[in-house]
Amino acid sequence: MAEPDILLSVKDLHAHYGESHVLHGMTFEVPRGEVVTLLGRNGVGKTTTMRSIMGIVGKRAGSVRYHGTETIGLSSNRIARLGLAYCPEERGIFSSLTVKENMVLPPIIKPGGLPLEEVYELFPRLLERGSSQGTKLSGGEQQMLAIARILRTGADMLLLDEPTEGLAPVIVQHIGDIIRTLRQRGFTILLVEQNFHFAATVADRHYVVEHGKVIDMIPNQALTTNMDKLKTYLGV
Amino acid sequence: MMTIFGMPTQALFGQLLLGLINGAFYAMLSLGLALIFGLLNIINFSHGALYMMGAFVAWLALNFLGLGYWPALIVAPLVVAALGMLIERTMLCRLYKLDHLYGLLLTFGLALVIEGLFREAYGVSGQPYSVPKELAGGWNLGFMFLPIYRGWVVVASLILCLGTWFAIEKTKLGAYLRAATENPTLVQAFGINVPVMITLTYGFGVALAAIAGVLAAPVYQVSPKMGSDLIIVVFAVVVIGGMGSIMGSIVTGYLLGLVEGLTKVFYPEAASTVIFMVMVIVLLIKPAGLFGKGA
Repeated sequence: MAEPDILLSVKDLHAHYGESHVLHGMTFEVPRGEVVTLLGRNGVGKTTTMRSIMGIVGKRAGSVRYHGTETIGLSSNRIARLGLAYCPEERGIFSSLTVKENMVLPPIIKPGGLPLEEVYELFPRLLERGSSQGTKLSGGEQQMLAIARILRTGADMLLLDEPTEGLAPVIVQHIGDIIRTLRQRGFTILLVEQNFHFAATVADRHYVVEHGKVIDMIPNQALTTNMDKLKTYLGV
Repeated sequence: MMTIFGMPTQALFGQLLLGLINGAFYAMLSLGLALIFGLLNIINFSHGALYMMGAFVAWLALNFLGLGYWPALIVAPLVVAALGMLIERTMLCRLYKLDHLYGLLLTFGLALVIEGLFREAYGVSGQPYSVPKELAGGWNLGFMFLPIYRGWVVVASLILCLGTWFAIEKTKLGAYLRAATENPTLVQAFGINVPVMITLTYGFGVALAAIAGVLAAPVYQVSPKMGSDLIIVVFAVVVIGGMGSIMGSIVTGYLLGLVEGLTKVFYPEAASTVIFMVMVIVLLIKPAGLFGKGA
């Protein structure tokens, strides 16, 4: 069997916020074309892992290789230009920009991103609300905008931090459809989730995170047989 | 003689024009301050000193290099912007994560140093700078006499202020700037080099001050104190307009210049304090300023 093409490789990643040591040697891999989730309880370091990959935590050590390029010493703008796009947990919609301005804000880093028309086909509501202030959108619309705006940049890999948090079930279902569509279009996705029922519908593999490191990896097809173990990990 | 509210029209419009010219300088300086505060979170107390440097670079270029007014309008902002960017890269960039007070103290100290150096070199008395011959003379408008140079100052200032507003509110570069003002970390994570953008914004903000200095050179005397005389009023303008508000600083700059001019006509004793009285009233009613967020 051929070795999977690893797009992102994280090895022994440590991260600190001030004096606080948050990541204690995160190690995992994301193969190209897969949707991979980081599952875990609140405060175990999932968001910090995302922020460390993007280079926006104060101090980090270890290795993060993207396309074989070591990014640990790079500034976040250079990391983004390698082909990583980030959708933060708090969505990061800019209140001083309209929906359209928010949509086209991230620069095109390389060819191959979705054309704006296709992005609007996926999220038609954003076209209708184009001239509204970004933060006047509903929570679900803001989440869609946060995902939509990184699709046209040409990034191969999307980092989505809890995209379903606090959203109505119908919106969660729509975001699930979007993630599956994006996977079909060739995007590689690293997803942070607490909701493993949602994660199970979109992901190829799940890494379970506890105390700032990965403690287990469960392929999605083995999820049913590992459900008791997963529930213990997540405390549900 | 025609009168309005008992005042001769020549006197009234003359003072209004003076107010408008002062307002033009208030607007240009407060616009630079608002830009810098918005993105760098720094209350740039050295802005007045850099405005004064703009005027002095024009004066020095004329007297030592033979460069006239028009080249000085380009050279002075470039020189002052280069110095400003050096200050930002070597000093200010260390203060962004600290309280505003540190930036204010550093830039206040820088203002004293810059002003002191020029006072040491050129004394406190002002140096004359002639109006360029293309803009000498004036027009009799019937109700008042309009010196051409003063009209040019108002027009040039309007073009600069509105051009800056347009660039910030209506262009992609401006969108980057507004977004970085809100969340620089995320903007950088999109692939934009925010530190370079901050340096260029500081350079542009102080270049505006330097252009104001060159425009002011033929109106006022070129003096080391010209910046410190003006900067307190300009800070009041920024506070009234709303800290960091671009349109607020432009509109408030011109309006307060006019208010000051009108006060000189009707109650001259209050002319030097009227702006501060307006500031107190605005802060009591709208603490975020007329155009500030939360106003």
